[in-house]
Amino acid sequence: MFDVAVHITLLVLMPLPMLGLINRVKSIAAGRKGPPLLQPLYDVVKLLQKGAVYSRTTTWIFVAGPIVTLASAILAALIVPLASTTSPFGFPADVFVFAYLLGVGRFFTMAAALDTGSAFEGMGASREAAFAALAEPALFLALMIVCVPADSACFGDAFSAIPAAGGLLRHPGLLLAALALGVVLLAETSRIPVDDPNTHLELTMIHEVMVLDHSGPDFAFIQIGYALKFFALGAVLVHLVLPIPATGWMAPVLFVAGQAGVAITVGIIESVMARLRLSRVPQFLIGACVVAAVGVLVLFTGGRP
Amino acid sequence: MQGSALADPLSRILTVALVLTLLSVALFIIAGTLSALLGRLDRAALAVGTAGSLLACAVGLAGSVMALMDGGAETVASSWRLPIGAISMGIDPLSAFFCLCIFLVCGLGALFGAGYLRRGWLGRRRLAPALAFFNVLAASMVGVALARDGVLFLLAWEAMSLSSFFLVTFEGDRPETRRAGLVYLIASHLGLVPLIVLFVLLGGATGSFDFAAILAAGAPSALVATTCFLLALAGFGLKAGFWPLHAWLPEAHPAAPSHVSAVMSGVMIKLGIYGLLRTLTFLGEPPEWWGFVVIVVGIVSGVGGVLHALAQHDLKRLLAYHSVENIGIIALGVGLGIVGRANGNTTLSFLGFGGALLHVLNHGLFKGLLFQGAGSVAHATGTRDIDSLGGLLRRMPVTGTTFLVGSAAISGLPPFNGFVSELLIYVGAFVGAVELPASSALWTLAVVPALALIGGLASACFVKAFGVVFLGEPRTPAAAAAHEAGPSMRWAMLLGAGLCVLIGVVPLVALRLVEAPAFALSGAAALPEGVVDVLSAVAGIALALGVLVAVLAGLRWALLRGRDIRQAATWGCGYEAPTARMQYTAASFADPILAPSESIFDRHVHAEGLVGYFPVAASHRRHLGDMAADRVLAPGVDALLSVFRRIDFLQQGGVPRYLVWVLLTVVVLLVWQLGAF
Repeated sequence: MFDVAVHITLLVLMPLPMLGLINRVKSIAAGRKGPPLLQPLYDVVKLLQKGAVYSRTTTWIFVAGPIVTLASAILAALIVPLASTTSPFGFPADVFVFAYLLGVGRFFTMAAALDTGSAFEGMGASREAAFAALAEPALFLALMIVCVPADSACFGDAFSAIPAAGGLLRHPGLLLAALALGVVLLAETSRIPVDDPNTHLELTMIHEVMVLDHSGPDFAFIQIGYALKFFALGAVLVHLVLPIPATGWMAPVLFVAGQAGVAITVGIIESVMARLRLSRVPQFLIGACVVAAVGVLVLFTGGRP
Repeated sequence: MQGSALADPLSRILTVALVLTLLSVALFIIAGTLSALLGRLDRAALAVGTAGSLLACAVGLAGSVMALMDGGAETVASSWRLPIGAISMGIDPLSAFFCLCIFLVCGLGALFGAGYLRRGWLGRRRLAPALAFFNVLAASMVGVALARDGVLFLLAWEAMSLSSFFLVTFEGDRPETRRAGLVYLIASHLGLVPLIVLFVLLGGATGSFDFAAILAAGAPSALVATTCFLLALAGFGLKAGFWPLHAWLPEAHPAAPSHVSAVMSGVMIKLGIYGLLRTLTFLGEPPEWWGFVVIVVGIVSGVGGVLHALAQHDLKRLLAYHSVENIGIIALGVGLGIVGRANGNTTLSFLGFGGALLHVLNHGLFKGLLFQGAGSVAHATGTRDIDSLGGLLRRMPVTGTTFLVGSAAISGLPPFNGFVSELLIYVGAFVGAVELPASSALWTLAVVPALALIGGLASACFVKAFGVVFLGEPRTPAAAAAHEAGPSMRWAMLLGAGLCVLIGVVPLVALRLVEAPAFALSGAAALPEGVVDVLSAVAGIALALGVLVAVLAGLRWALLRGRDIRQAATWGCGYEAPTARMQYTAASFADPILAPSESIFDRHVHAEGLVGYFPVAASHRRHLGDMAADRVLAPGVDALLSVFRRIDFLQQGGVPRYLVWVLLTVVVLLVWQLGAF
C-alpha cells in the first residue's frame, strides 16, 4: 500500500514542475530570471477554470483526442517503476503495453489535429507520424537491451536486474540503450533538436501546432498528458542510468534527483543548440535506431549476463 | 462429440461439427445455384442469395466452434471413389479455425453486400452472378479448409480462384476492371503451378494424394521436404500476398465490389497461410532456416506493404496494400513458430503460431470492416480518391466511427483486437531472444523492431486515411452531399467493429479459439506459462483505459457545465477566408515518411509549378510505382519472353509446318521406343 502511495504521489507532484525546471534552466542560460518553477501548474489550473472555443469544423474526435491522450499517458506512467525497481501496477510484458499506450495517445492527438481541417495542424500531425514511426524501433530495441538479460519483458524485473549486471558502467549495451532512449525522449516529447516548444511560427511546429485549436479544460488535459509522457519516458531513462534501490529512503531521493537531471539536461540541450532542419530529423532518429541495434549486438556478442 | 462409427468402413466417424460444416457448404451451393437460376429477377436473387449465405454462415459457425472447442482429432466424413482416387473431407482444429474465420467474414460480407448491391447496383446490372459467385466462393473456401486430399484441395482452390475472378470482374465493362481481372486470373494460375508440383511430390512417395496417407508415410527426405517448403512458400505465398508475389493484390482487390474485397482480403488470401501451415504438418520437424526465411519474408512484406500503402490515393488500393502488410505480420508469427519448433521450444512455437492464427482472425475482422467502410464511402460519394473526400464523419457517423475502430485495430492499438495478436508475436519474439542460442536469438529479436516500425507506419497511414476522408471539411461537392449507408450495411459494420472491440477487451476468449490449432502446430501440450497472465493484463488495461476515459469525459463535462462555450472558425493564422482545398492532403501527409525512402522506391511526380508573377494554376500529383512489379516481376517476365521469342518460329500458323512437327515428333518417339526395346 505504501509503495502505491509513493508512486501516486510522485505521479501527481512531479510531472508539471519538471517542465518548469526545463524552462528555468533555459532562462538561466539565457540570462533571464524566468517564470516560477510551478508556472506550468498555474497554467493548467487556470486552463481548467476557463470556458472553451470550438471550431465549427470539429466533431467528437476533437473532444476525444485530449481525453484519450491523457488517459493513456496516466496508464503509461502507472506502469513504469518510479521510486523503486518495480511498479505496483506492473505486469508481465508491460514494456510492450507501455510503448503501445503512448501510441494510442499519439493516434488520437493526430486524429484530433486533422479534425480541425487546418493545413497547419495537418502538417504537424504528418511530421509527428513520420518521426514517431522512426523513433518506435529505437524505443523497442533500447527496451530489449534492458529486458533480454533480465529474462522478462516487465519493467520491474528488468530494472531489478540492472544492478546485478553491474549497472551502466559495466554494461556498454546499456549505455547505448540509454543514449537511444534519450533521443527517443527528445523526439517523443517534441524537444530540441527535433521540435522547438518555444517557436512562434506555426510552419515550424510539430507538437504545438497539433493542439492549436484546443482551449480551456481540453488544453489543460493535453498539457497534463504531455507532462506525464515526459515524466514516464524520463523515469525509464533514470532507471537505466542510476542504480535506484528497490526500497529505502534512497530510492525516492535518487529518483527525484535523476528526473531533475533529465529535465536539466533537456534544458541545457535546448539552450545550447538549435533545432535540426526537418529533413535532417529522420537521420537523427535512424541514428538512434542504429545505436540501439549496436547495443543489441554488443549484448549478444558480449555474452548475455 | 464423438459419434459412433458407422457400418461402412469407408465412411469413418461423422461428428456433428463436421456435419454442420458440410451442411453449410451445401447451403452455400444451393443458395448460389438458386440465385443463379433466378437470373433476371434481381430482387429475388438478392434475397435468396443473401439469406442462403447468412444461414450457411450461421450453421457453419456453430459447427466450426464446436469442432474448435472439442479440439479432437481429425474426423473424415465419407470417401467416394473417382478415377483420380478417393476424395475425403474432414475437420481438425486447424481447419475449424480457418472455417470460423471464413464464416464470420463471409457472413458480415453477405450482410453488407445485401445493402451494397441493392442500393448501388439494383437496376443497373444483373445481380444474380454476383450473388451466385459469392456463395460459390464461400463454399470453395470452406472446401479448401476441409479437403483431406490433394485433388479435392486443388479443385476447391481452383474453384475459389475462378469464382473470385468472376466477382472481381463484376464491373467488367470498365477497362481497368478487365485489366485487374486478367492480372488476377494469370497470377492465380501461375500460383497453381507450384502447388500441383507440391502435391505430386508429396503424393509421390505413397502413391496417394490422401492427407492421411501422406502423414502416415512419415516425413520426406530433407531434399524433398525443402523443395516442398519452397514450392509451398511460392504457391501459397502468391495467394497470401507475400512480397514480391503480391503485385496482383493491389490490382484485383480494389476492382471487386466492396463486400467481395472484404472477403478476398479478409479470408481468401489467408487460405494461402492455411495451405502453408497444412503443408508444414506433412514435412516433419522443420529445419531452423525455414523459419528465418519466413521471418525475412514477413519483415519485407510488412514494411514494403505499409510504405506502399502510405503512398496510395485510392482508399481501397491503400487497404489492399495493408493486406500485404498484415500478411507480413502473420508471416512473422509463422516464422517464429517454425524457429520454435526447430529448436524444440514449445513456448516460442505456441506464441508464434498462436499469434499468427489470431492475427488471421483479427485481420479478417478489421480488414473486412475497413473494406466495407471504404465501400460505403465510395457508394455515398462516388469516388475512392482520398484527396477528394473529407468531413464524412458528420455525414456518415456510423461508417466513420466503425472505420475509426478498424483503423485503431489495424494499427495494433489497445484496446482493440490487433493489439492482442501483435502482443503475442512480440512476446514470442522476446521468448526466442531470451531462450535460444545467440545465433537464433538475433533472428527472433529482429521481429521486435520490425513489428514496431510496421506498427508506427500503419498508425501513420490510418491516421492519414481516417483523417483525410472523415475529418475536416469536404473537399468536393460530392463529399459534401454524402449520406449514411443503408441499415444492413450499417449493421454489418457495427457487428464487425463490435467483434474487434470484444477480442481486444476479453482476449482470453480469443486465446481459447486459437488454442487447439496452435497446440497442434506447435506440439505444445499445455498453455505456456504466463500467457494467461499477459492476456489478463491486457484485459485489465483495456478496462482501465475505458474507465479512465469515462472519468475524464465526466470531469470535462462537469468543468464545462454552465461555462462560456463558443463556436468559431479554425485558427488559420488570422487568415479569414480559408477554403476546403487548403486542407492538408493525403499526399502531403505521407510526404515526410516517403521522402527518406525515395532512394528505394520509384516515385513519379507530375508537377506544374507556378509560372510568372501572377500564376493562374498549378498542380502536383505523385504516385509510387510498385517496386516488386516494376523492378522484380517485370524484368523477370521480360527475360522469360525473350526466351520464348527465340522459339516462336515453331508456331507460324502454317498447317504444312505443323504437319512437319507432328511427323518429326512421331519419328522421334518411334526411334526412342525402338531404342528402349
